Amino acid sequence: MHRLYIVPTMIINIVIVAIPALLTIVLAFYNWDGISTPTFAGLDNFRALAADRVFWTSLGNNLIWTLLFLTVPILMGLLAASMLLIVRRGSNLFQVVYFIPVVIATAITARVWQGMIYSPVTGVFGILQKYGMPIPNPLTQPHLALFGVATVDLWHWWGFLCVIFFAALRQVPQEQIEAARLEGATYFQMMRYVLLPGIWPTITLMMIMTVIWSFLAFDFVYIMTQGGPAFSSELMSTLAYRKAFYDLNVGQAAAAALVISFFGLVGTYFYVRIQTREGEQ
Amino acid sequence: MRLVESRLTLTVSYALLALFAFIALFPIALLVLNSLKPAAQIVQNPLALPETIRWENFTNAWNHARFSTTFLNSFIITGTTIVLVCTTSSLTAYVIARRKIKSWKILTFYLLATTTAPIQLYIFPLYFGFAKLGLINNIFGVALIYTALYSPFAVMLLRTYFIAVPKELEEAAIVDGATHWQVFWRVMLPIVSPGILTVALIIGLNSWNEFLIAITFLQKQENVTAVIAFFLLSGQYSSDWGEIMAAALIIVIPVVALFVFMQKRFIEGMAGGSVKG
Repeated sequence: MHRLYIVPTMIINIVIVAIPALLTIVLAFYNWDGISTPTFAGLDNFRALAADRVFWTSLGNNLIWTLLFLTVPILMGLLAASMLLIVRRGSNLFQVVYFIPVVIATAITARVWQGMIYSPVTGVFGILQKYGMPIPNPLTQPHLALFGVATVDLWHWWGFLCVIFFAALRQVPQEQIEAARLEGATYFQMMRYVLLPGIWPTITLMMIMTVIWSFLAFDFVYIMTQGGPAFSSELMSTLAYRKAFYDLNVGQAAAAALVISFFGLVGTYFYVRIQTREGEQ
Repeated sequence: MRLVESRLTLTVSYALLALFAFIALFPIALLVLNSLKPAAQIVQNPLALPETIRWENFTNAWNHARFSTTFLNSFIITGTTIVLVCTTSSLTAYVIARRKIKSWKILTFYLLATTTAPIQLYIFPLYFGFAKLGLINNIFGVALIYTALYSPFAVMLLRTYFIAVPKELEEAAIVDGATHWQVFWRVMLPIVSPGILTVALIIGLNSWNEFLIAITFLQKQENVTAVIAFFLLSGQYSSDWGEIMAAALIIVIPVVALFVFMQKRFIEGMAGGSVKG
């Protein structure tokens, strides 16, 4: 009887996710333009990817992206969350303010930064140039484009981590904090010996999620640079998307999707382990 | 509680918090400020206060982005997704939380794995499959994809609410002769309704803001969501940044207002599955 309860979820999930995912695995070994009959290609799609300079650039960019998101927003989030814990008064207001960028649509955030900040014509960077500070628009510079986009995603993202870390910090036992305070612990000692160990499980989980999510990053690159200039800000996800829908090379897109999934899989393994272990308690 | 009592610590903390708040609010302030200005004034100085307020930005944005149609599309997609996710996920979450079937473990494992699966792993066959079935440009098709995409998260969050319900309530109802369905429908669902509201808010927010699926599966101008209409307006149809920012503000205001009004629920739900004690 209760078996019927899971039927709607499972039907929708299998039709939309599981079957297409299996087809993607199959398609990675076929040549297909999306219209005609697919022809078997063996490992050709993977060989073509390995020979593609842009594939390696985007893989490298994904690794840079992952490293950036494993450090900058987590440090910002921890710093702000610990400050919220110190001041207490007004912490809820600050928390809400930090979270606002998280709820704004990526397309809007991207355009605001493009037009109002980076643009040399309509943006703040243009004004700075007028006043003699020659800051170029990072989105048009091959060596800066990826960081220009990442900055926007960081702005959009770090508040989420701050709110989560703050929630975790409030669960650190009061007695531990009191004891450390009585012994005259400084801020850094308090962080190092009491607070960080107290919320370590949350930090680990967020780092695992960061690894998974950073291989899914798509919106900001697609909207702001389309992977350019000269593919310098291409990520695996935008590369796969371009191969499928612009080059109509679905086989190679599927192969690239498998590479993305492989990286995600490692993170997923740890994520599922942590989550199910907690479920059994 | 104070970590360190000195006044200096407090001052430094507030200064840093204010700096972070400035970083978070600065682009939003630019968005609001420039939505009120004519394009020429934006080119002159995006930081200056408007000399004259140009309300036409909003009417132009509304018309050019076809918000009367595209907002309706967004509402239908978001509403359908919320209803589908809340009904199907609460059923599944109940089964998993109470371990009603033997395969609950495999099911949990499967759903957790799909929350982290990259969209690229299934979007390409899905797109060509939808194209074959004539479902491209169908907003209910998009709502169905969102349902698949978001329901694992909803199941995991609702599961924690079901686990918190005391087992005795269920047992008492069964002793009183309630059927399994009545136990679920009359006893469990009313108790977990705060959880369902939280899920509805977060799923609603995600579907309202979603970009990748919407831009791929909705291609006719009259079928796109408000966010995609904004994206097209800002990319192709307009270079008037006053108008573009006005369009952005129209989309952002209801979302931010709802968030500030229901912040506790949003934050609780978002953090719900993430804080490990």
